[in-house]
Amino acid sequence: MSELVLEARNVNKYFHDPVTNQVLKDVNLTIEKGVFATVMGKSGCGKSTLLYILSTMDTEYEGELFIDGVNMRNRTEKELARVRNEKIGFVFQFHYLLNEFSVIRNVMLPGLKLEKYSEKEVEHKAYEKLKLLGIESEALKKPNHLSGGQKQRVAIARALINDPLIIMGDEPTGNLDKKNSEVVYEIFNELAERYNQSLLIVTHDPEFANRTHRIIEMVDGAITNIVKMK
Amino acid sequence: MKIKLIATVSFSLMLARLKQTTVAAVGVTFGITMFITLLSFMGGLNDLLDGLITKRSPHVRLYNEVQPSEMQPVDILPQYAGCHNFVSSVKPKNEMSEIYNSREIMNTLKRDSRVSGISPKITVQVFYNIGSIDFAGSINGIDVDAEARLFSFSDYVTTGNYIDLKNTPNSIILGKGVADKMLADIGDLIQVTTSKGERVQLKVVGYFQSGLLDLDKVQSYASITTAQKLLGESDSYITDIQIKVNDLEMAPELAKEYASVFETNAIDIQTANAQFETGSSVRTLISYAVGITLLIVAGFGIYNILNMMIYEKMDSIAILKATGFSGSDVKNVFILIALTIGVLGGLLGLLFGFCFSMIIDQIPFVTAALPTIKTYAINCNPKFYIIAIIFSVVTTYLAGYFPAKKASKLDPVIIIRGK
Repeated sequence: MSELVLEARNVNKYFHDPVTNQVLKDVNLTIEKGVFATVMGKSGCGKSTLLYILSTMDTEYEGELFIDGVNMRNRTEKELARVRNEKIGFVFQFHYLLNEFSVIRNVMLPGLKLEKYSEKEVEHKAYEKLKLLGIESEALKKPNHLSGGQKQRVAIARALINDPLIIMGDEPTGNLDKKNSEVVYEIFNELAERYNQSLLIVTHDPEFANRTHRIIEMVDGAITNIVKMK
Repeated sequence: MKIKLIATVSFSLMLARLKQTTVAAVGVTFGITMFITLLSFMGGLNDLLDGLITKRSPHVRLYNEVQPSEMQPVDILPQYAGCHNFVSSVKPKNEMSEIYNSREIMNTLKRDSRVSGISPKITVQVFYNIGSIDFAGSINGIDVDAEARLFSFSDYVTTGNYIDLKNTPNSIILGKGVADKMLADIGDLIQVTTSKGERVQLKVVGYFQSGLLDLDKVQSYASITTAQKLLGESDSYITDIQIKVNDLEMAPELAKEYASVFETNAIDIQTANAQFETGSSVRTLISYAVGITLLIVAGFGIYNILNMMIYEKMDSIAILKATGFSGSDVKNVFILIALTIGVLGGLLGLLFGFCFSMIIDQIPFVTAALPTIKTYAINCNPKFYIIAIIFSVVTTYLAGYFPAKKASKLDPVIIIRGK
């Protein structure tokens, strides 16, 4: 069995507003290195909620979460921020680029925060990631001058900058047209196949999901089926 | 590295909202400018008014007062010790207010390292004679050089040359009010009657204007030898010794010491002019209150602008947190913005405040009561500048702290899911 990247044990989550409502029911999940997994389900089934718990941003849940074999319970906000910075790359439906910074600075930000490499090295790495995604020519532009598909690729480059253990995506193709969705899929697929990158992507798009290693199906806050494609 | 990263983020946020940031900084600049100008102006005014009295007042004055004897004969008798004595048979002696052994006292004082200068004085009660009318007044016999050096005597001699008082025998510098009444021009001879009934003629060599009208109506100046002649006393006769000390705060202590060592009365400047101190401190208090109010208002401006910035930049805050910036990093970003506004605005305010003070310093201010004053006075005390910059940094820090704290507590999940 290959190395575990992420493991969730008996995760339960409740919303208390306006009435107590269980949104996640006893979720158990493991992701190994190099696995490209997708979470599918109807809207409101709790898949995004699960993703935010797994990404350590949401800390109000019951159960255990291990990232890289380390329990995430009772960590300070600072320690969790460090984990997100170092081990998790995030891609959202919306790109969330900072318009005040150039594309390259946007990609560099998490790398500078990590403080593992010098600014020069981080810049070099950022160029490499942009090259990997085929947008190095846009490096010095401001994000608001890019197209939607380009912006999303910049966001992916930003997620990759610290060579994360796992990339998480919350409907990263949700705002994109067919062509750009295809481009994003290709990028993710290449990362998984060529660089052995683990990915966990929440999506609505069956066409996207059907071509990944694993589909995790959720209904009403519980995992009903895990389909292993390869 | 970390500070640099936070600074980059702060500055880019500020540049993105350059207009609001500038408005906030201008608010601080305005507050500091007014604070500096107000305090400098008020300080100058205080110095001016205090100077009216204190510049010409000795720090410690030695004199003799007519006093009853402290010991009555009956107190000395042992058989009445412990009894209540109501017999006071010994009345104050008819001794003049002369300071005994004045020459020796002055020599001792000159050797005292705490004393920066001394000037002897004689006060003579006289009647000025105008035709058939006499009116009461006084003539101060002074050591002209010492008086000029220690008490800026020359500044107040508005007409004529003060040094003539020393060089011309039997000369007098009349108070402006006295001169007006006597219709005396420079070079005229006037007549005074001493308290012993002697009539003396004195030559007017100048007018004196202290700025205090009542004083100028009665007081004139003569040299110490002229005054001694008026009284028919020897050249060791002196009624006052005026002392300037190096450290003004020491004056009350020294007054006590000299009173017991030289067996005279002694009064220090603080006791003699308590009412001026009170006036100054109240005026200073008011200007501080106004200045600080201005700064607090500027602080509210910064608070508003940062709050707005946080609402506008919620997405950015969310993504910074999602990619690994901790709450305290986000807080530091916004505090740094506030401090930058505060420090830049504050420094500009200091500069403008200084310029305004300098402009006020050039505005003509002529009044008959203050002959030496030509423009408004300004006190450029570095203390005001230090207080202003410290206060601007503290206010802006506080104004930034609360919005920054709010930003640090923002939950990225709520913002991202809200899209």
